[in-house]
Amino acid sequence: MNGALVIIAAAALLALALGFLASRGKEMTLEQWTVGGRGFGAIFVFLLLAGEIYTTFTFLGGSGYAYGKGAPAYYILCYGTLAYVLSYFMLPPIWRYARDNRLYSQSDFFVRKYDSPALGVLVALVDIVALIPYLVLQFKGLGIIVEIAGYGAISSTVAVWSGAIIVAAYVMVSGVHGSAWTSVAKDSLILGVVVFLGIYLPYHYYGGIGSMFAAIEQAKPGFTVLPAHGESLWWFSSTVLLTALGFYMWPHTFASIYTAKGATVIRKNAIVLPLYQLILLFVFFVGFAATLQVPGLTGSNIDLALFKLSVKTFDPWFVGLIGATGVFTALVPGSMILMTAATLIANNLYRAVNPAADDRQVAKLAKLLVPLVALVAVFFTLKGGDTIVALLLMGYSFVTQLFPSLVLSLARRNFATREGAAAGIIAGVATVAVVSLSGANLHALKWLPSAVQDLNIGIIALAVNFVVLIVVSLATRQVVQPSSVAAE
Amino acid sequence: MRSIRWLAVIPFLALVVGPFFVNRATPVILDLPFLLAWIVAWILITSAIMAVIYAADPANRRDEP
Repeated sequence: MNGALVIIAAAALLALALGFLASRGKEMTLEQWTVGGRGFGAIFVFLLLAGEIYTTFTFLGGSGYAYGKGAPAYYILCYGTLAYVLSYFMLPPIWRYARDNRLYSQSDFFVRKYDSPALGVLVALVDIVALIPYLVLQFKGLGIIVEIAGYGAISSTVAVWSGAIIVAAYVMVSGVHGSAWTSVAKDSLILGVVVFLGIYLPYHYYGGIGSMFAAIEQAKPGFTVLPAHGESLWWFSSTVLLTALGFYMWPHTFASIYTAKGATVIRKNAIVLPLYQLILLFVFFVGFAATLQVPGLTGSNIDLALFKLSVKTFDPWFVGLIGATGVFTALVPGSMILMTAATLIANNLYRAVNPAADDRQVAKLAKLLVPLVALVAVFFTLKGGDTIVALLLMGYSFVTQLFPSLVLSLARRNFATREGAAAGIIAGVATVAVVSLSGANLHALKWLPSAVQDLNIGIIALAVNFVVLIVVSLATRQVVQPSSVAAE
Repeated sequence: MRSIRWLAVIPFLALVVGPFFVNRATPVILDLPFLLAWIVAWILITSAIMAVIYAADPANRRDEP
């Protein structure tokens, strides 16, 4: 066993220990397990939100994107910031409604607002279809990290299984408390390690951050600005806007708002989280540093840039520490996703067919579903081919389709009817699926101006969604209008 | 003071529309290429804007349970 492996193993055990300890002194009812008894203060909510946001995607994908593509990676910095601005206004009413109606999941929100369990089932299905690939992504990242940081001593298959067992175990026992506690270790590690790497690597290889960018500009002119075509300004702006809207539509992010003990907790986080985003800047520095030092990675291998450069630069024990950080970035979001998916199945699918089930039964079922969901994700991680990759690319666009009917439902008089909401979501999701699976994009339509060709195709799905929502809502609204007018 | 909330529109303008006017590598500001420096600066300003909105928001003074 080499030095790196010892540290990675210690991190995994630490996660397990923290995860188990988190449940001490609490009876794990459904409300405790899934929304922390709605008693989390500003720091715990911060840890949860930061824990979910800084995933293996940020760690591997963020540096890889900067390494492979340069400036287009900046979009990741922008959309989070704008999502936090939106959160200040959008989340407090959601939180209040969830508290007053004792909601457990995102799907519950739609059930109550639209008074329609069927709409809840639809939302739960969209959520689960988006969540499972996201969990697979975390497991895949975990496997890659342990294999590289452990210098190949442990295969990624073994790593994926171990990670899945650890996370399933502590989620079953502690639920969202486990996620919050392991987040403490994760955020301390990621803050220390990423900031160090982001400063040390440019100085070590280039003599400074300024000279690093100068060297890149010389070797690859235009790498630090957006290109004229492809991932151009139009792509950038449309993607930033779209992903900012979809950000809080992820069901595990959405449900973590429910854990807050007050609306001010959420508003405070809207001030701090943009600053915390700046960790990503250091992730980008790592990617930029790697681009001239470990060139030649292409395709999905660009995600390996951070570790390739680290292995080249540091002693095994430090690579192990980076690996440990990576393991946490997989486990913490993984735990939230796992818990959310299990809650959705138990609370919104099972309860829909068996309305007599009480909270105790639902809690028991949700906990039992945790290892099952983990198993499904492990299966896709090890066996899944291109399908899972395709689903992954669609996940974000899928959950974004919930945005129009959610926002409209916050208005005092909701314009959308339940039929309109359902039809809009279905139309949007179908558009995403058709467009993604057929590989269609606007570049095929040569007659369009290039600005329009570069737009993020998700905009179209959202537009279709919105139009269908309006049309169907108008059509179904007329039926009830006479009585509602009479009532006024 | 509700009108202060409209400050929240500025980050959107800066980060969605702004890049069209600042998509360039120079001048380098604090070691960062210009576009990146612009984005980082606006993240800092956004946090400050949210702090101002927070401070002016009467909802935060009512001690909500």
